[in-house]
Amino acid sequence: MTATTERAVGSDVRRIDGPAKVRGLAPYAYEHEVDGSAVFVALVQSTVAKGRITSIDVSAAQAVPGVLAVLTHEDAPRLGDVAEELLVLQSDRVQYAGQPVAVVVAETSEVARDAVGRVVVRYDAQRPDVDLRADRDDLYPPEKLMGGFETDSVIGDVDAALAAAPVSVDVTYETPNEHNNPIEMHATVARWDGDVLRMWDANQGPHNLVPVITEAFGITADQLHITSPYVGGAFGSKAFTHVHQLIAGMAAKVTGRTVKVELTRQQMFSLVGHRTPTIQRLRLGALPDGTMTAISHEVVEHTSQNAEFAEQTATATRLMYAAPARRTTHRLAKLDVPAPTIMRAPGEAPGMYALESAVDELAEALGMDPVELRLRNEPERDPERDVPWSTRNLVACLRQGAERFGWADRDPRPGVRADGRWLVGTGVAASTYPTRRRPSQARIEAVPGKPFVVSIDASDIGTGAWTALTQIAADALGVPMDDVDLRIGDSRLPKASGAGGSTGITSWGPAIIAAAQELRDREVPPGGLTVTGSSGPGDEAEQYSSHAFGAHFAEVRVDRDSGEVRVPRMTAVFAAGRIINPTTARSQFLGGMTMGLSMALHEEAVLDATHGHYANHDLAEYHVATNADVGEVDISWVDEVDELHNPLGAKGIGEVGIVGSAAAIGNAYAHATGRRVRDLPLTPDKFFR
Amino acid sequence: MDTQITLRVDGADRPLTVDTRTSLLDAMRERLGATSAKKGCDHGQCGACTVLLDGRRVNSCLVLAVTAEGQEVTTSDGLAADGPHRLHETFVDHDAYQCGYCTPGQITSAAGVLAEAAQGWPSAVTEDLVADRTDLTDAEIRERMSGNLCRCAAYANIVPAVAQVAVEQGVRA
Repeated sequence: MTATTERAVGSDVRRIDGPAKVRGLAPYAYEHEVDGSAVFVALVQSTVAKGRITSIDVSAAQAVPGVLAVLTHEDAPRLGDVAEELLVLQSDRVQYAGQPVAVVVAETSEVARDAVGRVVVRYDAQRPDVDLRADRDDLYPPEKLMGGFETDSVIGDVDAALAAAPVSVDVTYETPNEHNNPIEMHATVARWDGDVLRMWDANQGPHNLVPVITEAFGITADQLHITSPYVGGAFGSKAFTHVHQLIAGMAAKVTGRTVKVELTRQQMFSLVGHRTPTIQRLRLGALPDGTMTAISHEVVEHTSQNAEFAEQTATATRLMYAAPARRTTHRLAKLDVPAPTIMRAPGEAPGMYALESAVDELAEALGMDPVELRLRNEPERDPERDVPWSTRNLVACLRQGAERFGWADRDPRPGVRADGRWLVGTGVAASTYPTRRRPSQARIEAVPGKPFVVSIDASDIGTGAWTALTQIAADALGVPMDDVDLRIGDSRLPKASGAGGSTGITSWGPAIIAAAQELRDREVPPGGLTVTGSSGPGDEAEQYSSHAFGAHFAEVRVDRDSGEVRVPRMTAVFAAGRIINPTTARSQFLGGMTMGLSMALHEEAVLDATHGHYANHDLAEYHVATNADVGEVDISWVDEVDELHNPLGAKGIGEVGIVGSAAAIGNAYAHATGRRVRDLPLTPDKFFR
Repeated sequence: MDTQITLRVDGADRPLTVDTRTSLLDAMRERLGATSAKKGCDHGQCGACTVLLDGRRVNSCLVLAVTAEGQEVTTSDGLAADGPHRLHETFVDHDAYQCGYCTPGQITSAAGVLAEAAQGWPSAVTEDLVADRTDLTDAEIRERMSGNLCRCAAYANIVPAVAQVAVEQGVRA
């Protein structure tokens, strides 16, 4: 191996996949098997949200020239023992609007869609219940929350502490149903090569899909080969198996052809998950000097009839601030809706919106600066787990952010600044996201005179993993990046954790480093040498509380005539461990912050109360942030290295950017207008309520 | 109904058979194997399928393939016919993308914006509506690029990537 003193980790390295991506030549899932041999799938979806199918007439669809097959629950291949939400075309039961009830396979996509319109389905329909309210009498506590968190947490006598608190707030925040909406629509290309199922798929890690797909089709892991080198965004919706991947396998089996399934944008609203709406009651008590005495965070959210998805919305509240009496609870309503899923910072994004908004209201009630209030309640140890922090630099983020933003000049009075017809305000909020490491394995093949082939079933969903892992491998091997040939996104590569929970670099990087260490001090024979390495969490997860932190500052302008909200300026400072690639890291933070802006201003999927479908299921009506929504964005980070969790000293950075971003904007809105809107998004109509 | 047409995509004549209902986007992606332009909504709402049609930007999902015959279709790949376009380079330099899926559409759209500015086409935020050339300020770029959604939200990097080429082409002060 060549010795080199230049380190790739920590350097501004351009994306190695960039030149292919900008020309459109990096192949995404649907762009495989383009030789004309593939056939196309289109879905017939239920028009009712609850009930039973009484009849399906496929004869007119089958008669369309070019139609190869129409599958229904009466004749579709039987699936194995997979989760109820995935049992597509297995029974006459309808559990949500948009559920696939028939599948057309045809020679062209136009014929397939034409035939879909000719399938006649009759239902015995019941009125669905999609109404999430905090006063429902059927709310129930799930056994555990996602991530294995306890459903509730209680320390001390919270009610007594709240009653005794000289200053308190009791406020309820609501966040709506939101959808991930990656721009690449979920797509799967599938073919059976004998008894081997070959798939090209858009996902957050092929190995994530292997257990479900093998079980569904009764095959072994060796009989499944999934390739996903490039993924066009995901944000959680591509983490788990959804019905379209099983439909692809079924359609390929029935027709014996290579089939292509590409969900439509509208179908993505019901078939690949969403972020649950939440109703969150926050009660905070404090002494006149700002010392918090009680924190209570009670969450109500929904799940579906066919799955229990219990989002861990209040878990960040368990660690953010010191207070002797504290409580968090989670209750679910089981509704006739599609199954929810994870969406960027599930739990933290909606939960910290509510907590950080309530803290702002407490600051107002105290007549205290909201930055100062947060500094006053900084806990020395994790307040509920009673373990030390591995590193916690929220204070530095708040101080540096305040300095960069110019917070010191702020007039605390709400609703008193105007620039023409624009009301102007500023706001702050904190952020946090857990640091974790998941089991992963890597392989390195060394052949004299050739680049090291580094293989790991990691996934780059836009995070920059292609580049960052190449940097890590180069340093671990002591070679320039050009001497590393990285292979990711293939189920036949060494098994690695999926791209989710901001765990990619902290899980995959150490596995590559472990493999590289196997090569140290070994002479590579002329015929080459292959080594493997693995990595996973150790005792540190129990011994320490480990999280990334951040502080957001935002300026908001509200048009007093139209209620339009603009965000001309955002500043954020993060403490997120060692930054592997400042260029791509900054983009991750930027993307998170902007998605938080989008959450604050625009995003809301509306469930029709009568029919139970998403009424605004496309990008013209479900608004996401556009270019013109984003103004000046200032992003920086504090020097931090946290080697307790991984040898890189890194923390996850994919989600900490969105957490707290919407709260900072909401707080700035309240500061601008003197009016607190407690239900996102901050659409113009709410200004006039 | 199927019909024979010839599309001119990225400088090459490509004869093919299409259903008369086939969009230009699907003709490229599903029949020609030309997958530079992406599908993100199929409804003209996201801009991922943006191509230049005789030099003007269009959402190719809203164009029927049969109507594009005789016109020059240019994808982001086609902009690189003589080596990378400057936009390709500045997008990489400014990290003006993440997942890369909307990126070819962003780049063809930006190429359209540069041409529109050079011809003095105003936008909703243009103050001087009769200027011969438009000054592509940050506000102009943000406005004109807002038909191209980027869920990874690289917007704040896309603006300087386009601005740099605008300066080089003399449409930004």
